[in-house]
Amino acid sequence: MDSPDPDWADVRLHVVTGKGGTGKTTVAAALALALASGGRKVLLVEVEGRQGIAQIFDLPPLPYEERRIAVAPSGGDVYALAVDPEEAMLEYMEMFYGMRRAGRALTKMGVVDFATTVAPGFRDVLVTGKTTEAVRRRGRNGRRVYDAVVLDAPPTGRITRFLNVTKEVAGLAKVGPIKNHSELVNGVVKSPETAVHFVTLLEEMPVQETLDGLAELRSAKLPPGGIFINMVAESLLPRAALDRAVKGRFDADELTLGLKAAGVTDAAQATALAQALAAEVAEHAHRTELERAERETLAGAGLTTYELPLLADGVDLAGLYELAESMRTQGAA
Amino acid sequence: MKKPATLDIDAILDDEGTRIIVCCGAGGVGKTTTAAALGLRAAERGRCAVVLTVDPARRLAQSMGLTELDNTPRLVVSPKGDGQLWAMMLDMKRTFDEIIEAHADPARARQILSNPFYQSLSSSFSGTQEYMAMEKLGQLRRSDEWDLIIVDTPPSRSALDFLDAPERLGRFLDGRFIRLLTAPAKAGGRSAFRLLNAGFGLMAGAMTKLLGAQVIKDLQTFVSALDAVFGGFRQRAEMTYKLLQAPGTAFLVVAAPERDAMREASYFVERLAEERMPLAGLVVNRVHGSPASALSAARSAAAAEDLESRGEHELTAAVLRLHAGRMQLAARESREQEHFISAHPTVPVAQVRAMSEDVHDLAGLRRIGDLLATA
Repeated sequence: MDSPDPDWADVRLHVVTGKGGTGKTTVAAALALALASGGRKVLLVEVEGRQGIAQIFDLPPLPYEERRIAVAPSGGDVYALAVDPEEAMLEYMEMFYGMRRAGRALTKMGVVDFATTVAPGFRDVLVTGKTTEAVRRRGRNGRRVYDAVVLDAPPTGRITRFLNVTKEVAGLAKVGPIKNHSELVNGVVKSPETAVHFVTLLEEMPVQETLDGLAELRSAKLPPGGIFINMVAESLLPRAALDRAVKGRFDADELTLGLKAAGVTDAAQATALAQALAAEVAEHAHRTELERAERETLAGAGLTTYELPLLADGVDLAGLYELAESMRTQGAA
Repeated sequence: MKKPATLDIDAILDDEGTRIIVCCGAGGVGKTTTAAALGLRAAERGRCAVVLTVDPARRLAQSMGLTELDNTPRLVVSPKGDGQLWAMMLDMKRTFDEIIEAHADPARARQILSNPFYQSLSSSFSGTQEYMAMEKLGQLRRSDEWDLIIVDTPPSRSALDFLDAPERLGRFLDGRFIRLLTAPAKAGGRSAFRLLNAGFGLMAGAMTKLLGAQVIKDLQTFVSALDAVFGGFRQRAEMTYKLLQAPGTAFLVVAAPERDAMREASYFVERLAEERMPLAGLVVNRVHGSPASALSAARSAAAAEDLESRGEHELTAAVLRLHAGRMQLAARESREQEHFISAHPTVPVAQVRAMSEDVHDLAGLRRIGDLLATA
């Protein structure tokens, strides 16, 4: 069923970025599942040649081809595409010039290698071009082929540069087809149909990078989306107990009694175990306090935030569905 | 879990034969912090060390008491005796500019520096950062002002980029395509494309259509100017390779106990072996443990359930749940490391316990250094 009024109902291109290690690909995959649920068709795109989608869905490496990889809760399909810049360039040449053969010759000459690797602006134009083409594509009935496209994008530090393709190629191609192509891309990524979501953890460096990335994004007039706070550990202890633990006043005696009552240890060792556990609680309390501060910092960014639970057993397929469900409940999809 | 050999960090730092330590690994695993912590520890053990970082995190500069890190090494601290810690952050564009300025006459240098293609290449080519990091490493090594250089590798999309990028840039600038583009100058100003066979003609047409004539012209100007300056990028890339293979170099692969990072670490170890680069060991950062590790996750969870069902000792039950979660996490982290350890049983490993907060100062770096050495 559709959640009442998801927050990004009008968005067709969801760009997911984040610092390395924050779980960007996981969040992108879960978001694709969440958006597809209830009978929609969503394309999940990866552009960095890492085959992260295949790994996360436990599939063999994906070819440069849109294929169905998962079924969403209550119907709906997730398709995936691993964009290969070289293939994108050949396809582009064929589409616009009917020059597949010339394209092959260029590959042999190392020209494609050059255009896609050495000149980053070109590479990004090709990759974002392929993605925005999927966003704009319409079927015979005149309706869009995909209800939404989720892009597992480069990390926060590179995201503005990656999306701001017209600026990146401006110095290189002042006129010509690449320039026109980049303007087409620009028309999509700067429109209200696009949202750039950030993935972060409640840790200093990822939070700082999120804020820096957001500032860059805003100054480039690219549309920010939400902030997905990933791997949030549920707080099991009451706030009062945590506050005492931070101040080093956690009651180990009460813990000793509890441990004896539970019979996990004999009376002789209960005190030592209680002290060890109290040390663990103090560490946890300290961590929780820091997380609280980071959460407040993020709240100051002025974006909607979503919290995703830490999966005890790591990310597997079941975990992805759990994250997708959590996104739906919070209105992210 | 099989027990891997222990990585003896101090033996590496104390060995005067160790001249370069390269920290590599996936993004977000704490490479830069590891590099800085190693630098401080080396300095405190009497080495004159310089940390070359490519990570623009201000916090790291601050943790070393510097207001900023720029393209020149700055003295951070001189703890005792001959020991010194220096640090610098790579400014790739400036490093590139400096190479041009050092090798070209002023007029030609200006021509190159103002070329739009050069500006794109020097500020955003995905391999430039890697290339310039290696270039800077070479410069620092040749200057012989420091007896130990610790470098962290760029946050590439894949850790392997760092080994490939210099070669790729070298191959490109030295390759057939470039020869073709520079041909006009050598053929008396006439278009090289016209002199070549139909296959090339087809290609030239495609290039012009695709990129536009202006791009081709800029590229030609740029490449012929650069070509005259360098006399072979590939040669430079090869020098870098040799430097990294030399016995005074030690590679440390840095990872976190997570699937992706450990997989990347595995690839890297295999790749280093293929390239005959000297691997010193693996550093696993942010490993979770517990001061009460004798109490297993299962027993802890069962006890919590017992207390909960009796409605007694609520707080103790919550603490036991917390502990069970922590032990479960530790078990998962240990499983993630197992694959690596069974695939690479001879690689020495150092585990660094997760700290509850980020490093802010030299004391924090020192603590990481201690953990590294006693792991």
